[in-house]
Amino acid sequence: MTAALRFDPIRLPEKCEQLRKEVRAFLAEEIAAGTFDPHKPNREDTDAPEFSRRVGAKGWLGMTWPKKYGGQERSFLERYVVTEEMRVANAPTRRFFVADRQSGPVLLKYAPENIKMDILPRICRGEICFAIGMSEPNSGSDLFAAKTRATKTDGGYLINGTKIWTSSAHIADYMIAIFRTSQPTKENRRHGLTQFLVKMKQPGIQVNPIGQITGQYEFNEVVFTDFFVPDDHVLGEVDGAWKQATSELAYERSGPERFLETYYVLTELVRAVGPNPDTRSAEGIGRLVAQLHTMRRMSVSVAGMLQAGKEPVVEASIVKDIGTVWEQQLPHRVRDLAAFVEETATNRETLERQLDFAIKTAPKLTIQGGTTEVLRGIIARGLGLR
Amino acid sequence: MAESDNIVVETAEKIFADLADPQTVNNDKKDSWQAPLWQALSEAGLPLSWVPDDLGGSGASLADGFALLNAAGRFAVAVPLAETMLAGWLLAQAKIASPGREMTLLPASPKDRITRDADGALSGRARGVPFAKAAKHFAVLAHGKDGASIALVDASKGRIETGLNVGYDHSDTVTLDKVQPVTIKPAPKGFDQTTLMLMGGVARSLQIAGALEAMLDISVRYSNERVAFEKKISKFQAVQHNLARLAGESAAALAAATSAADALANAKSFDDAVYLEAASAKIRCAEAAEKGGAIAHQVHGAIGFTLEHILHRYSLRALAWRDDFGSESHWAVELGKLIANRGADELWPLVASR
Repeated sequence: MTAALRFDPIRLPEKCEQLRKEVRAFLAEEIAAGTFDPHKPNREDTDAPEFSRRVGAKGWLGMTWPKKYGGQERSFLERYVVTEEMRVANAPTRRFFVADRQSGPVLLKYAPENIKMDILPRICRGEICFAIGMSEPNSGSDLFAAKTRATKTDGGYLINGTKIWTSSAHIADYMIAIFRTSQPTKENRRHGLTQFLVKMKQPGIQVNPIGQITGQYEFNEVVFTDFFVPDDHVLGEVDGAWKQATSELAYERSGPERFLETYYVLTELVRAVGPNPDTRSAEGIGRLVAQLHTMRRMSVSVAGMLQAGKEPVVEASIVKDIGTVWEQQLPHRVRDLAAFVEETATNRETLERQLDFAIKTAPKLTIQGGTTEVLRGIIARGLGLR
Repeated sequence: MAESDNIVVETAEKIFADLADPQTVNNDKKDSWQAPLWQALSEAGLPLSWVPDDLGGSGASLADGFALLNAAGRFAVAVPLAETMLAGWLLAQAKIASPGREMTLLPASPKDRITRDADGALSGRARGVPFAKAAKHFAVLAHGKDGASIALVDASKGRIETGLNVGYDHSDTVTLDKVQPVTIKPAPKGFDQTTLMLMGGVARSLQIAGALEAMLDISVRYSNERVAFEKKISKFQAVQHNLARLAGESAAALAAATSAADALANAKSFDDAVYLEAASAKIRCAEAAEKGGAIAHQVHGAIGFTLEHILHRYSLRALAWRDDFGSESHWAVELGKLIANRGADELWPLVASR
């Protein structure tokens, strides 16, 4: 037999449920205090620095990291609970989400000790925001076509070039980026890129906002002109970023954010149809809930494998492929089902406003963080097809 | 493919590999494989896996039995193994001992109902009963004035109109007309037809998941052998992406089915959470049977459309299993009603409770 996919029925341990109660109580307080409106995913003020600090104070950022860096040494399954509760509540996580999920773990693995001691505790306190500098105008899914140069100079590197579609760069304190330190070799076109830690908000970096079709300005063009990065900001092996990129993907690809991005329209549909749905609405809701439940069980299963120290790269890619296609279709299915909802439904306006935003959001879901095409390529490789 | 990690599955897989090899079975026009296969399964105690020792069974756990059905799906096993297991399980709920040999269960659809009159005779029509023709006994869930009962019925007492499902397995209509059962006892408190249908649905979900695992496996293998336009078709990106989608459907079916099996195996009662798990498994596995099976056929091209090829043993059976114990649209309506009735703000807590 060729395929070896496993999705064991992992259950969240009891301590997760206590944590879930704490997170829900915290979010309820924040909502009551007016920090955010859970019914408005399209809020204008996506940056919520005070909220970020309060989440940090709860010990919910970097919660799996060692205590000496400000972490809590808790499990991935506990982090999973915090992530999904925040997502379902539409909490403003933009400021800390990338640092907590991705940037922190990269620093933990590759940064020198002094930098870890400096930055990781600040992530845990919710004080700083990270961006990811991967895409360039001529390098998107083809990561290894990146051209932005890092030229060796005394004590560090000079950066010249442009990153693009960089989410949160306008508010970020740091960016983890890949820059070209050497040309690719004949044998390995992935050779020659190096991962760097970049301190933002400095001369030599210009951040230009880019409007998105949702009406938001969450991503940016970031132009580097003779920007200096010191030697100790190199993360990992010079020219060897390609070796470092793949193992983290399982963390990035299988979380609850990969199928819950438009979840709010399903809740609102259930509210709109009321307690006695007609057959059509009932069937539609039943299928969507069955699909949602299945994806969550797959996602929790991958989290359990990560906790057990495995590297379920193919399983994680499957979760993201199925999950993002689902969350992309969800607003359209909800729209179908809402077409015959009574005009008198009390939340009709909320649902319509949410659908408007979710339908505009949908196209990006199968692009960001690894396109459907890239994911299917990874799955195909795992199946032994390439 | 999951490695078997328990003795029940290991035993079953060895028997399936020896006596139910899909290619051998497919080549055999006289069905001469059936008797030796059933005999080996019976000798190993597998058809009565879910019957405790003191009721004549081998007393395996629910979890092991579900894993066994997943393995049976991987071989597209076409004898009444799942049906006898479910029938034995149903009888055991009322502490009724299971006779040996083939059994099936009535009703097999949430829409049908068997009734019990005052003197204990059973009447009613059950459609789509799998392997009724092969069964020597029926395990019956019947409803009377004072609640539900479970009965063992001699199959020769029922009138059977035979039929075949889309997978070419027997799916028969059984009519009972004032039939006196061999044994009849009250069903346990809270046990109803929904419980039975969900149990049957989860069994079918594991079989479908197994069939999809096998379809993925043989499709990947075929794509690595078949040459077109001077290269293996596995090298075409369009084919790779189709197979990646099939892997996704197979994975979703496996995850949904094993999660539901785990939920049932550890359930203290049939609460909303267990209902969500079991209904979702049947819905999602049935959807995967449609989408995944279509891709497996697409990869195989014309050869997969022939009776000589084994693919249809999996693809058609997976489609047929969708219909048993409530179709996916039936369960979607029921689950949708449950969700709507609980209310919008109770949806996420329910999903997150699993």
